[in-house]
Amino acid sequence: MSDYFFTESHECFKLEDGVAVVSITEYAVEQLGEITYVQLPGVNQSLSQGDSFGEIESVKTVSELYAPVAGSVSEVNADLESSPETVNDDPLGKGWLIKLKVDGEPDTSKLMDRAAYNSYLESLR
Amino acid sequence: MGTLKVTPLNARHRALGAKMVDFGGWDMPVQYHSILKEHEAVRQRAGLFDVSHMGVFDLKGPDALAAIQYLIPNDASRLTAGKGLYTQLCNPQGGTIDDLLIFCLNAEHWWLIVNAGNRDKDFEWIASQLTGFDAQLSSLADNTGIIALQGPSAADILSRICELDLNPVSLPAFSIRATEIQGHKVMLSRSGYTGEDGFEIYVPYAQIEAVWDSLLTAGQTDGLEPVGLGARDTLRLEAAMPLYGHELDDQTSPLSAGLGWSVKLQKAADFIGKQALITEKEQGLTKVRVGFVLEGKRAPRQDYTLWLDDQQIGVVTSGSLSPSLGYPIGMGYIQLQAGQELPESFDVDIRGQRHPARRVKLPFYKRS
Repeated sequence: MSDYFFTESHECFKLEDGVAVVSITEYAVEQLGEITYVQLPGVNQSLSQGDSFGEIESVKTVSELYAPVAGSVSEVNADLESSPETVNDDPLGKGWLIKLKVDGEPDTSKLMDRAAYNSYLESLR
Repeated sequence: MGTLKVTPLNARHRALGAKMVDFGGWDMPVQYHSILKEHEAVRQRAGLFDVSHMGVFDLKGPDALAAIQYLIPNDASRLTAGKGLYTQLCNPQGGTIDDLLIFCLNAEHWWLIVNAGNRDKDFEWIASQLTGFDAQLSSLADNTGIIALQGPSAADILSRICELDLNPVSLPAFSIRATEIQGHKVMLSRSGYTGEDGFEIYVPYAQIEAVWDSLLTAGQTDGLEPVGLGARDTLRLEAAMPLYGHELDDQTSPLSAGLGWSVKLQKAADFIGKQALITEKEQGLTKVRVGFVLEGKRAPRQDYTLWLDDQQIGVVTSGSLSPSLGYPIGMGYIQLQAGQELPESFDVDIRGQRHPARRVKLPFYKRS
């Protein structure tokens, strides 16, 4: 059972058998407000760390989604097309965005663990 | 920078769990729980808004009407005590300094209700134009707050705690009365910014918390909810009401903005911007406010561009996924050469992708 790794742009992932399950954080959801649309990439698309993989729209704003880790898209959360609000309700669970098949060990050198991310959030408040 | 300004209801918003944001230097509630639910409350039942950040100016004196006639393109000469209208302040080039409501309290006493972000600018502008008029301008903005009660149940709710006859025949749109709400003296107008029936209630700071509480209590059984600025924006967008800084600015005339119905070029009195507006009308508008709808769920937003084939023809000023209609709606300006017709359809560039849009008649939403 691995814990999450976080980006400064508020994406995060956890590893499950070499697959990174990518979400946005609870803080991101709180900032966005009610989510109305999520645009996700096609399966098999290969992403480098930091690549844009989609966009997320809320009533108030729109923002880009960045890959927290390199990999190829093995699955996208198709439920979000009809129920984007799932991201609000359960961002780290049912509201996951994409799964990335990671080659070897993921590069986490630029990422934060939960404690570091929490102090990063403190610095934003 | 510096500290945010607060309205006299700030503590109430915080106690209600509102999410507060910096809105043009004001610490204001953007939502209490949900923009979408607050929006729906106003369309289906009623919502209560704190709009105390708006400015209330008082203009008094024998020449008050003459000064107002000089300041605005609409015609206030037909207004009697208790009546008001929607208008603008224009600059000499016909651009819009602000849009506002004016109310006639009596022939020598008028109120002007201006946008929060333009309070200081408007006050200086009006004061600078009063030379030669026997009229005194003062701002009530620092001691008078405004609560808006909006929605199909607004009149029912208000009637429980206010003696005033709220029938639209006795109290039509844009009229104003002095009255009492549970013993508190207030001014009350039938007006708003949501596309629903509703009222705006002008209350001295010292009584405004009590009036806010009375209204919330009176509306409890009707599902009255406090509503933040997030839903205020989606409500006014569906009703196609312009928002200063989006659809209006000092480069944009009320004619361009589709507000020609409120511009009385025939009125006897001269007014600031009259010549420019007459010329603009004669030569034809070079840009026109339009409304449009999109397929899918992606919202058009301010500054997105409008395209006809490979030519940029305009820009988006406001947009959202419409909470009431369920599809994306937007307003913007399309540039026109003299004699050109507005296109029926065009594309919106949403972050690098073209999305086909269809022009529609405004407003998007009209109450039944």
